[in-house]
Amino acid sequence: MIFLSNLVNGISLGSIYAIIALGYTMVYGIAKMLNFAHGDVIMVGAYIIFCGAQYWGLPAPVAVLLAMLVCTVLGMTIEKLAYKPLRQATGLAVLITAIGMSYLLQNTALLIWGANPKVFPSPFSTDALHLFGGELVIKPETLITILANVVIMIALSLFISRTKMGKAMRCVSEDRGAAELMGINVNRTISVTFAIGSALAAIAGLLLCSSYPMLQPTTGSMPGIKAFTAAVFGGIGSIPGAMLGGVLLGIIEILGKAYISTELGDAIVFAVLIVVLLVRPTGLLGKPVREKV
Amino acid sequence: MKTKKARLITQTVTYAVLILLFVILTVMINNKSISRTLKGQLIPICSWIVMAVSLNLVVGISGELSLGHAGFMSIGAFSGIIVSGWLLNGFGMEDPALRLFLSILCGGVIAGIFGVLIGIPVLRLRGDYLAIVTLAFGEIIKNVMNCVYVSVEGRSLNWGFLDGNLPGTLLLNGPMGAVKVKTIATFGAGFILVIFSLIVVLNLVNSRSGRAIMAARDNRIAAEAMGINITKYKMMAFVTAAVLAGMAGALYGLSMATLLPTKFSFNESINVLVFVVLGGIGNIPGSIVSATALTILPEKLRFLQNYRMLAYAILLILVMVLGNNPLLKTLWRRLIPGRNREQTGEEMRA
Amino acid sequence: MSETKRRQQTHMVPYPSRAIVPERDLGSMPVLECSHLGIEFGGLKAVDDFSVVMGRTEIGGLIGPNGAGKTTVFNLLTKVYQPTHGTMMLEGRDMGSMNTVDVSKAGIARTFQNIRLFNNMTVEENVRIGLHNQIRAGMFSGIFRLPRHWKAEKAQHEKTLELLNIFDMAGMADERAGSLPYGAQRRLEIVRALATNPKLLLLDEPAAGMNPHETEELMENIIRIRDQFQIAILLIEHDMNLVMGICEDICVLNFGKIIAKGTPEEIQANPAVIEAYLGKRKEAEA
Repeated sequence: MIFLSNLVNGISLGSIYAIIALGYTMVYGIAKMLNFAHGDVIMVGAYIIFCGAQYWGLPAPVAVLLAMLVCTVLGMTIEKLAYKPLRQATGLAVLITAIGMSYLLQNTALLIWGANPKVFPSPFSTDALHLFGGELVIKPETLITILANVVIMIALSLFISRTKMGKAMRCVSEDRGAAELMGINVNRTISVTFAIGSALAAIAGLLLCSSYPMLQPTTGSMPGIKAFTAAVFGGIGSIPGAMLGGVLLGIIEILGKAYISTELGDAIVFAVLIVVLLVRPTGLLGKPVREKV
Repeated sequence: MKTKKARLITQTVTYAVLILLFVILTVMINNKSISRTLKGQLIPICSWIVMAVSLNLVVGISGELSLGHAGFMSIGAFSGIIVSGWLLNGFGMEDPALRLFLSILCGGVIAGIFGVLIGIPVLRLRGDYLAIVTLAFGEIIKNVMNCVYVSVEGRSLNWGFLDGNLPGTLLLNGPMGAVKVKTIATFGAGFILVIFSLIVVLNLVNSRSGRAIMAARDNRIAAEAMGINITKYKMMAFVTAAVLAGMAGALYGLSMATLLPTKFSFNESINVLVFVVLGGIGNIPGSIVSATALTILPEKLRFLQNYRMLAYAILLILVMVLGNNPLLKTLWRRLIPGRNREQTGEEMRA
Repeated sequence: MSETKRRQQTHMVPYPSRAIVPERDLGSMPVLECSHLGIEFGGLKAVDDFSVVMGRTEIGGLIGPNGAGKTTVFNLLTKVYQPTHGTMMLEGRDMGSMNTVDVSKAGIARTFQNIRLFNNMTVEENVRIGLHNQIRAGMFSGIFRLPRHWKAEKAQHEKTLELLNIFDMAGMADERAGSLPYGAQRRLEIVRALATNPKLLLLDEPAAGMNPHETEELMENIIRIRDQFQIAILLIEHDMNLVMGICEDICVLNFGKIIAKGTPEEIQANPAVIEAYLGKRKEAEA
């Protein structure tokens, strides 16, 4: 029973990673850049929800919608101001800019909300689910997280495969130059990608802080790094890969902490990543690339 | 293109300026005309310079993005602390200079061994995948160092993993890190280490092996067709950088009374990368300048209080965005003749 | 390898009967012998049943329409791709277990269709990369500037200038390779390949983008290189004047298969070749 409960917690944590990883993987697939500030957008989203519910007296769903709106605008603004001027620059320059943006968001949050951790109130007020005569307790946020993950996965897959914008995204991802020649507005496509990723970040912020209710300016960085790891794990650029990688990573982390060592939980996660990349150098669902001679 | 002569001049100037600075600073220290904060920063500055120069060997010269360089610094720092404590407690070696020398040497060697062990899997990967695996190794090192306990009793070292119940004097105390370290590092030693790392990197770059490393970076397929063993030369750059980072770590560790394992986190790796990028990819003197400036700057910005890191972040973004602005780039080239070369690789030689 | 050793090996390897031009190079061992070489990419046979033999100082031509698999043959010979079928022998040594680096050390050098110079290095440094395995000095002698380093540097410098002089390029030694004009870049690639001291030189479209005058000069130079270095040269080229002018035997590829082999005269008269290049005549179809 403890194993089952650990497994459920692992899937739940993994679902959060998966939702964050989607943001990384979409941006990587389309803009070919590592958006290191993504984790901090999650933190901003969580703070907005916190303020909405705590200070401004908004009902929880409205606060979440507000956070999604703010994050979407934030993501698009970051892209426009910092990344768009660097389209022709080296990958390293973009990476450093993204890191600068991450510092910027963290320190702005520090100035506005202070360094003291805030206790994030869970917006899900229903009682926990008791199964097997109370031996397996599933908290509502756990269930909602897993559910949200499934819904987002399906919606995003449909969006990418069915809509015109989704098709444009796939084109830009495959060959930006050719897409531009075919009349696809590359800038707009990238902008929309950032918007979607950032809106998902707000949801991830909500779910993350519901399960782990300590909120501070650095809240987003470690989950961000791990979600990025998850995206690479699953094969960066691939949406099902991000899902698979995220969930697996969450399960490995929780089970590793429970059965091997609490202190070494993170080390186990990263060790598994290394092993996977050595066996499959482009991740679980990534496509191998061949250089033309 | 930088001719041999120009390269020689730049190198000579670099060494000369460093020696001059060292002399001036030593005189100032003796006169007590140097501020306390700056004096306290001198040894860390030396460490960060060595870190930046060595990372530049990997990122700039070898062309592989490493996001875990602080991991080697961590290994070097804690190995150095252990060796120093062992020599003092177990062998009664009082001479701090000799102890420092041996500790730095051991820090470098042990970090180098880890460099080989990590390099073997890492260098099989390419591009972003390589970068993420170096990040992963950096995090693993940080995490594992958090669980290591070492004590010295007589001449024997006792090791504990996740278990701090060891007899004798504790040198490494798990998550509490190294405590009550005898700070034997000196500015003079730091200066020598900086010069040593410069000699190693600059001479390596301007030799047969260095050319092979750069050939592997510029065009993998052509380099292989010319009979260059890519893995061997990538490994050479990676391990050399690990050794130097280990030495920098030992110097750093032995200049601090206490040192936490969490000090050498992903953020420190990124900081060193920022030194390298702002100083110019592949530009070794640039790395020295930016490592120095960016170590002093946050202290100088202390008056900004909480806005300090914000200012740093904005500065970083502005430098990157404006530095890559095509208009400004053209202007820059017009203003400084002889600089109209391609961005990458132009500064590959100091 | 010493000359005596080469002669010894000659007797160990039976002289192949599939030689394109059997009367050439009799008495010496072929530098290259491919039999039934092939590679499949996911079921597609990019090169199939490729069997040729090259004499020690032969100039061979590999021609065929675009996409026929010519560059793929070069990639197989240099082990950029691992062949899925067949065997290759270089001077009687089986190349099956070699990788690209081993192939270079064993004596095959190449140029690339899309020039692959080290653009940010100087002309001299590019040639020195070619000399990498010829004039050696280890990492430690480089870092600590031991006498061995200086000796190697001096030897490399002298050899580089000597090689660059083949194309009168010694004056450009300090220029950045990427800033050279196109023709000079192609010549530099040949010099760099020669620096590896090859027994067989593979040239992938050496005359591409050159004007007729430059091509004329190139043809003379290719023959001069062969005579001076006593090596075999295999080239891919679309310029028929060049191919027919200097190649002693020619191999025509179409859809990955050899459709003809022979002297320039034989190839020009071969109906299969004409068909591959110009297509079938309408009357013939009817």
